[in-house]
Amino acid sequence: MSQQTIEQTTTEAGDSPAAGMEVRNLSAYYGNFLAVKDVSMPIERGKVTALIGPSGCGKSTFIRCLNRLHELNRGARVTGQALLEDQDIYASNVDPVQVRRVIGMVFQKPNPFPMMSIYDNVVAGIKLNNARKSRSELDEIVERSLQGAALWDEVKDKLDHSGASLSGGQQQRLCIARTIAVEPEVVLMDEPCSALDPIATFKIEELIAELKERYTIALVTHNMQQAARVSDYTAFLLSGEERYGRLVEYGPTEQIFTRPQEAETEAYITGKFG
Amino acid sequence: MQQTEPVRGPSRIRLDVDASGRGDRIFEGATKAAAWAILGLLGIIIILLIFESRNIFGHQGIGQFLFTTTWDPVFLEFGVFAFIYGTVASSLIGLLLATPVAVGAAVYIVEYAPSWLRNPVSFTVELLAAIPSIIYGLWAVFILGPVMRFHVEPFLQTYFGPIPIVGGLFEGTPIGRDILTAGVILAIMILPTIMAISREVLTQVPDTQREGMHSLGATKWEVIRGAVLPYARAGIAGAAILGLARAIGETMAVTMVIGNASTSITGSLFEPGYTMASAIANQFREADSQVYLSAIVAIALVLLLIATIINILARILIHTLVGRHNSSTRIG
Repeated sequence: MSQQTIEQTTTEAGDSPAAGMEVRNLSAYYGNFLAVKDVSMPIERGKVTALIGPSGCGKSTFIRCLNRLHELNRGARVTGQALLEDQDIYASNVDPVQVRRVIGMVFQKPNPFPMMSIYDNVVAGIKLNNARKSRSELDEIVERSLQGAALWDEVKDKLDHSGASLSGGQQQRLCIARTIAVEPEVVLMDEPCSALDPIATFKIEELIAELKERYTIALVTHNMQQAARVSDYTAFLLSGEERYGRLVEYGPTEQIFTRPQEAETEAYITGKFG
Repeated sequence: MQQTEPVRGPSRIRLDVDASGRGDRIFEGATKAAAWAILGLLGIIIILLIFESRNIFGHQGIGQFLFTTTWDPVFLEFGVFAFIYGTVASSLIGLLLATPVAVGAAVYIVEYAPSWLRNPVSFTVELLAAIPSIIYGLWAVFILGPVMRFHVEPFLQTYFGPIPIVGGLFEGTPIGRDILTAGVILAIMILPTIMAISREVLTQVPDTQREGMHSLGATKWEVIRGAVLPYARAGIAGAAILGLARAIGETMAVTMVIGNASTSITGSLFEPGYTMASAIANQFREADSQVYLSAIVAIALVLLLIATIINILARILIHTLVGRHNSSTRIG
């Protein structure tokens, strides 16, 4: 595998420091099974892009293609392109490990590392790749990341406790802190609230609104109200008779929810199926 | 059976029937009996061992029995310490040699091996656990012993002998029938056990843990080191303990290669040794006096005791290893 890395993109015109993505003709397979077919859409920089659709429509598979996590499944593969700024993360000279450093992910089920303290959970990504940091630098990163994940006040006195000792919502915010600690460009979120109660969900949604100041966010959700509340753009995926998931419609969230162009989108958002 | 009453009569719904029935109680009783039977069996064994070994403790003090190394049936002097040393030393060597290989193999099978290779390899390794120990013993006598004597032990002596302290482990004449050879054969014998359980434990590590580490930009090795092994370490330690327990009790193969002689403890691994289990196996038929026989039964008692102590220590070790960060809180 090539040692060449994706260079951190510098701030260009526009008000967000983060990089955007552009997906082109992306298809995802499990062995011979086509799970997602031919999706093309942008992930706008510094915005929240929601991916909605009924269960099994391939939205989770799709988002896992955006940081090359999908290919870790046995027999899984991806065709097409996903550009981060102007570089294809699927280009042959790109190391997926480097891609995942720049494009982080938060999962459906909070997955802190139970054998690590809260502190070590946050710096887990920093300590990878032989990064040498002094204790005070690490302290600073921990505080900044936990502040960024709106968790600092709740855990600042027990940083040495296990990450598993927190409540579900706190664990999820710990996972967000862990993700932003490495300062990625893009944060992918795969149904981050589906295992949480309404109050914890509300906190995460507030957090997402803050995070987009600094990061580009793609969010999978089965909850249409959530998509409407937090996202700027919405993509609707659907797998019909043909079994594979496809992109039905993409547009500004307001337009998708008020004036959908496709009949299938309208049927879905008005609750006729799914 | 109740006849259905007409609608107007007293309620046709009966709640005062014994619906759980006898079946449930019989089943519970059966499982309870099985559980208590195991405890009872252990109790009977311990009582029997104590009873049968009473003569030796009338003959000489417990301290002399446990902490001296002279085992002389002719003059009726029985000190079991050299056997304890032989058992503990050979088992620890076995554990130290087997665990890294077993865990490494388990990691390869779970994390790296292509799926077509997984089952054949694990099946073969687990088959090794089913080979009777006498066969390992024969193999050790004819193959392992000579290899140790002519190749491995001279090599160790040449390169590690001159080092202070460590060199002491490799003093003496390499003969191939010593504590080191016994340790190596024990390592081979307990390896399948440790590997099979470690593999099972590693398989249980949730993929979300691996994905979490991957998503931070970890390499495969960093995922294994940072997420998989820490998550599995209690289980792996448990696997090692089961291996150790097997090594401590192992009799036949060890008896065939350990040399079965012990007068003193020099600390060298090239010294012939004697384990508690082989002492019992070798001398049981020769016991020609009450005291001698009860001394041998007392070895069994000590063996049981030591196995128990090691198990308890190992459990404490696991607890401290995992303890602090293993709260009972469920993830997610």
